[in-house]
Amino acid sequence: MARAEKSSVTQGLTRESLIFQHSRTGRRGYRLPEMDVEEANLDEILPAGLRRESIEGECEVSEVDVIRHFTRLSKLNVSIDGGLYPLGSCTMKHNPRINEEMARIPGLALTHPLQAERQVQGSLEILWTLEQSLREIFGLPKVTLQPVAGAHGELTGILMIHKALEKSGNPRKYILIPDSAHGTNPASAAFAGYDVRELKSNSRGTLDLDLLEKEVDEDVAALMITVPNTLGVFESGIREIADILHRKGAYLYCDGANLNSFVGIARPGEMGIDVIHSNLHKTFSTPHGGGGPGAGPVGVAESLIPYLPTPTVERRDDGTFWLDADRPESIGRMRAFYGNFGVLVRALAYIRTMGDSGLRRVAEIAVLNANYIRARLRDSYHLPYDAPSLHEVVFSDKWQSKHDVHTLDIAKRLMDFGFHPPTIYFPLIVSGALMIEPTETEPKEELDAFCDAMIAIAKECEENPELVKTAPHTTPVRRLDEARAARQPILSWQNPV
Amino acid sequence: MRFIPNSSEDIREMLKTIGKSSINELFESIPAELRLDAPLDLPPPMSEIELRRWFRGVADRNLSGDKAVSFLGAGVYHHYQPACVDQLLLRGEFLTAYTPYQPEISQGTLQTIFEYQTHQSLLTGLEVANASLYDGSTAFVEAVLMTSRVRRNTSKVIVSRGVHPEYVETLRTYVQNLDIEVVMADLDDEGRTSLESIAAHLDEAVFAVAVQSPNFFGVVEDYDAVRQATEQQEGLIRIAVIAEASSLGILSPPGAHGFQIACGEGQAWGIAPQFGGPFVGFLVAADELKRHMPGRLVGETVDVDGRRAWVLTLASREQHIRRGKATSNICTNQALIALAANIYLSLMGKDGLREVAMQCLGKAAYLRRRLERIEGVEMPYSSPIYNEIFVRTSKNADSLMEAMEKRGILGGVPLARYFDEEKNGFLVAVTELHTRADLDRYADELEALVGGAE
Repeated sequence: MARAEKSSVTQGLTRESLIFQHSRTGRRGYRLPEMDVEEANLDEILPAGLRRESIEGECEVSEVDVIRHFTRLSKLNVSIDGGLYPLGSCTMKHNPRINEEMARIPGLALTHPLQAERQVQGSLEILWTLEQSLREIFGLPKVTLQPVAGAHGELTGILMIHKALEKSGNPRKYILIPDSAHGTNPASAAFAGYDVRELKSNSRGTLDLDLLEKEVDEDVAALMITVPNTLGVFESGIREIADILHRKGAYLYCDGANLNSFVGIARPGEMGIDVIHSNLHKTFSTPHGGGGPGAGPVGVAESLIPYLPTPTVERRDDGTFWLDADRPESIGRMRAFYGNFGVLVRALAYIRTMGDSGLRRVAEIAVLNANYIRARLRDSYHLPYDAPSLHEVVFSDKWQSKHDVHTLDIAKRLMDFGFHPPTIYFPLIVSGALMIEPTETEPKEELDAFCDAMIAIAKECEENPELVKTAPHTTPVRRLDEARAARQPILSWQNPV
Repeated sequence: MRFIPNSSEDIREMLKTIGKSSINELFESIPAELRLDAPLDLPPPMSEIELRRWFRGVADRNLSGDKAVSFLGAGVYHHYQPACVDQLLLRGEFLTAYTPYQPEISQGTLQTIFEYQTHQSLLTGLEVANASLYDGSTAFVEAVLMTSRVRRNTSKVIVSRGVHPEYVETLRTYVQNLDIEVVMADLDDEGRTSLESIAAHLDEAVFAVAVQSPNFFGVVEDYDAVRQATEQQEGLIRIAVIAEASSLGILSPPGAHGFQIACGEGQAWGIAPQFGGPFVGFLVAADELKRHMPGRLVGETVDVDGRRAWVLTLASREQHIRRGKATSNICTNQALIALAANIYLSLMGKDGLREVAMQCLGKAAYLRRRLERIEGVEMPYSSPIYNEIFVRTSKNADSLMEAMEKRGILGGVPLARYFDEEKNGFLVAVTELHTRADLDRYADELEALVGGAE
C-alpha cells in the first residue's frame, strides 16, 4: 500500500473546465501582422451568401488560459514517461526525445509534399533509407511506407493479395483469421471485400495445422496471422503454415504488431510470409500520442511487388531519388501524399540509434522482462496457456473470480498503485484476460514494483475483495457510467445560455 | 544501449528467477532454422551527436519552406504555427500516452478530444464530430463509405471534379472490390461543379454527392445551388470536402446549407506541412448519422461520485467489438494531431480564426488583382476564390517554377501532375504568412518570366 499512497497521479487535481468555459468576451490568444494590402470590397470578392459573419460559440481565451488549461489537462493523464505502462500488444516503450527533435528540423518539417523531386532529395533519401532498413529487418525485397497505421497497412496488404489473385484469374472469397486475432484483421479483410472465416486456436493457443489444411481451399485468398500471436506465443509451425497456403495458391499475411519480440532474431521473409505490416510506433518507439499518429509500412515478397501502392520511392544510379507513380498493376494510392513522413523520420532516427546490434537487444530484453514478470506472478495469477512466452504474457482472473473479483477490478485497482493496467479486453479466447507487456525499456526495479503490486492485489482479492471491486480510489475520477454515455450520447459542448 | 536500463547484473538475477541460464533459451519456441546467426546488415549504432549531424546533412538537401517563400498549396498549406502549440504537444503526459481505454487515468486526452469534437461541430455547423481520422483523403473515403452504409440499396456516388485528385484516387483504391461506382461531375466554365453534370448522373442508385469547397482549383462552391440541384433525390446525402480548413473561418458552414456530412483535412490548424503527414482528418455529421460514424467518439458522462467525466463511447460500431462487421477498420487515429488542432483552434478562437481567413482571402484577392494586369497570364475562372488561384500562362509550368525557384520562390503546384492537358497551368496559394512585399515580388517575377524571352 505504500506505493498506492505516494503515487496519486493527479497532484490533487480532479477536474478542469472545458476550454469553452474559460472563454471571456474580448480575450485574445494571438496576434497577426497588420493586413498590409489594400482591402477589397468584401461583397465583391466573397458574396454574402457564401460567407459567415462569425463563428458562434467559439472560444475567446488568452495564451495564458490556453497554456494553463492544457497543462492542467495533461496532469489528468498517465503516460509512459511517468512509469510502467504494460499494455499488452500495444508496446508502450520509452519514446526517445532525440527522435522528436529530428522530426522538427525545419528542413524536414517545412517541406511540402508536392515540391519538385529535385527540391526534396533529403526527404526522399530518408524514405529510401528507412525502406532499406525495413527490407533488411523483414527479409523481404520491397516495402511501402505509405500506410499510416497498422490497420491501414492490413488493408493495403489485403488489397494487394486481391489484385494478385484477380490477375491470376480468381480473386477468391475468404480470408482465414484465427480467433485470437486483433479486431482490425477481420475488419480490414471485410473492408477489402472479403468474407472472414474464423479458425479456432488449439490448446496451446496456436494454429492447428490439421484444421488449417482442411480449411484452405480454392476459395481462400489468404490467412492473416499474428506472429507471435496475441498470447505472446510464437507460431512454431509458421513454415508449415506457409507451405499449406502456398500449395493451394493462397497467401500468408502476417500482422506484425508484435515484431518487437523477434526483431533481429528472425525474419518474416524466411518464415514464408508474403506480406507483413509493422506498426512503427510499437517496435520502433514513435510516441502513441494518446491514440496516434502511427505508421504501418508493409513489406512484400517478390510476387506482390507489382501491386504496391503508388508512388514508390526509387534511387537512380547517380544516387538521386525519385517517386515512381507509373505502376500499371498497382492497387492505387492508399492516402494523399506520401504517408506519415514525420513518424517515419522518428522511426528511422530510432533504427539509426540502435543500429545492427541494438535492435536484436530490443527483442532479447523485451522477452526477458516479460518472462521475468511471468515467473514472478505465476503463483498469484492463473496462466491459461502454459506455452513459452515471448514479449508478453497472458494471465486470467480464474483464481480471483472465485471471490467475485474480475479482471476489470484488478485493472482499476492497479491504478491506485500508480501503474497503468495491462490489456484486459483481449485476447477474446481468454476469459478474464490480463495481457502484460513490459517492453525492454523497463528497469528491474520497476518490474519488481509492478509485480509486488500485482501480488498485493491478489492478496486483497482474498482478504478484502470490496476494496478491489470499488477501485480506483485515488484517480482524478472514479469508475464511469459508460452505459449512460452510450445511451444518451453527449458528443459536444452546448453553451447553456 | 541508453534506452535499455537493465545491467548485466540485473539480467543475471532475472534469468535466475526465471530458471534459465541464458537469454537465448527464451527463444527456443522459434525454430532454430529460422533464427539469424549474424546481426542484421544495418549501420552500427549512432550517438546523438552523430544522429543530429546525419539528419541535418540530409535535411540540408531539401529546399524547405524556411529557405524560400512558398506559394504551394493544393491540399497542404504553409500557415502560422503559434509557439505554444508544439510546446504543449511535447508534454510527455500527452505525447507518450496510449488510446484512452482506461478513462479514469486518461481524462486529459479524453477531454481534449471532446473539445476538438466541439470545435469541429462549431466550425462546420453539424452536430457529431469524429475523434479524428488519418487525413483528409481517408476522411473523404470514410465519409463516402459511411453514406453507402446508411443507404444500403444504392451503389453510386457522384464526386465533383473539384475534389482533390489524390482524394479521388484514394477513394478508387478503397472501393475497387466493393459494389460502389464512382462517377465524376464536371466543372462548369466558372470553375464550379456543374449542376447540369450532377443532374445528368442523378438517379435512384445515387447515395451521395461530394463537393469540395474551396475546390481543388481554389473556387468557392455554392452549397445552396448543389442542394437545390439534388433535392429531388430523396435520402441522398450531401458531403462537403474541405481540404483547406482555415477557410471555415470565413466561408458559410456546410451544415447551414443542407449538407449532412463535412470531412477534410485539418493541417491548416497549426500543423506543419512535414512532407505530407502526419495530418488530421476530420469527419462531422448530422446527428441522425451518429451511429454510422467510423472510428472513435468521446462522450460526456459521470463517475460513481457524480463528477462530470469523459469516456470513449458508442464503441459497438468499432472493430474491436464488431470485428468484420465494424463501421471501419480504424484503430489508431491521430489523437496528438487532433490535440494540436484543438490547441490552435482554442488559441485563435472566435476572432482569430476569422482574421486568419480574412487575411488569406484579402491577400489572395490582392495577388489576383496584380496578376490580372500581367500580359500572358490568364486566370481561367472568375468565380469567388478563398486563398488559391488557378493560373495559366504561355509558358510550361514546370519550367516556369524552376525559374521561380532560382529567384527563391516556390511558385506553385504545376497541374500537369494531375491533368495531362494542363502543361501550362498551376495553383498558387496565399496565406496569412505572406507580406505585401512577397506578393508584389511574386507578381513582378512572374511578369518578368512570362513576358521575357526564353
